[in-house]
Amino acid sequence: MSGILTAAVHPTIPDLITFIVAGLMVLAGAVGVILSRNPVHSALSLVLTLFGIAVLFIAQQAEFLAAVQVIVYAGAIVVLFLFVIMFLGVDKRENIESDPLRGQRPLAVVLMVVVLAAVIALGVNAHWATGVHHLVGRTGTPASNTARLGRSVFTTYLFAFEATAGLLVIAVVGAVVLARRPPESTGEADLEESEALGTGSDADGELGDGSAAALPEAAAAADESAEGMAPAGSEPA
Amino acid sequence: MSIPGDWYLILASALFALGAFGLLVRRNVLVMFMCIELMLNAANLTFVTFSRMLGDIGGQALVFFVLVVAAAEVVVGLGIVVAIFRRRSSATADDLHILKG
Repeated sequence: MSGILTAAVHPTIPDLITFIVAGLMVLAGAVGVILSRNPVHSALSLVLTLFGIAVLFIAQQAEFLAAVQVIVYAGAIVVLFLFVIMFLGVDKRENIESDPLRGQRPLAVVLMVVVLAAVIALGVNAHWATGVHHLVGRTGTPASNTARLGRSVFTTYLFAFEATAGLLVIAVVGAVVLARRPPESTGEADLEESEALGTGSDADGELGDGSAAALPEAAAAADESAEGMAPAGSEPA
Repeated sequence: MSIPGDWYLILASALFALGAFGLLVRRNVLVMFMCIELMLNAANLTFVTFSRMLGDIGGQALVFFVLVVAAAEVVVGLGIVVAIFRRRSSATADDLHILKG
């Protein structure tokens, strides 16, 4: 196990091919997420990255996490992204050539390069991994990886596991509260709001490309509906 | 002999830098969320790599919890996006300047 920490190891050809292919998948997917004009294409590029990460997990004897990665990330989270994209109807090309904040992109490139160089320099200085071996428990063979991970989660990390359950319940309740329509706007104000939103999206569609020109109209419509809602909400009170 | 761990760490830092770049550059809130997912995955890859390098299962347990937190973050974040979209009919981060005091 200490051989991994030293730099002078020669990987076998299948390992090398797996690493290169999966690494290219990861990086190509990440570039695709950033450069796609259409959010749907970004989500599909994200799937490519997640599968590459799952392959790298398997290459590092983390079989259970690879399965969870595919099921939870590619299966649930990306589907949730796609659902929201379709639900909101933002699956159209957007203009990513314009740079509203002048000089933001060069600064972002500089920051990215600096962060990358700093992290790699820190890793080289620290010889990548220092610390106690087998502190919590051994990783085990591929066959026993899931059993060892389960034993670790349900003994050493039991409190964190229970806190996780609480976090998930809070997230579900929060999502329901956030996504629900406010109960005050169930009357005619609700109708007005949906009409206003309808005209806003119509104007958006006529102008085509998603468009800064349609925004003042939509904003005005949203303001109108907000004004229409206020008396309806205050009367019963 | 398998791939040395530092190769994985360099790949993970490149993925993290790409995610950070996308988060800084893109305006669509949904794409910004996807870039956060990229950064979380880079962190997960780092955890698994350290877990292998030190022969310790704790890193993999931590990835398990990061996955759960990522799922909760996406659920709440997309709920906020839907709530904003209902008012503003756009999913662009620049339109949220009305939040300033």
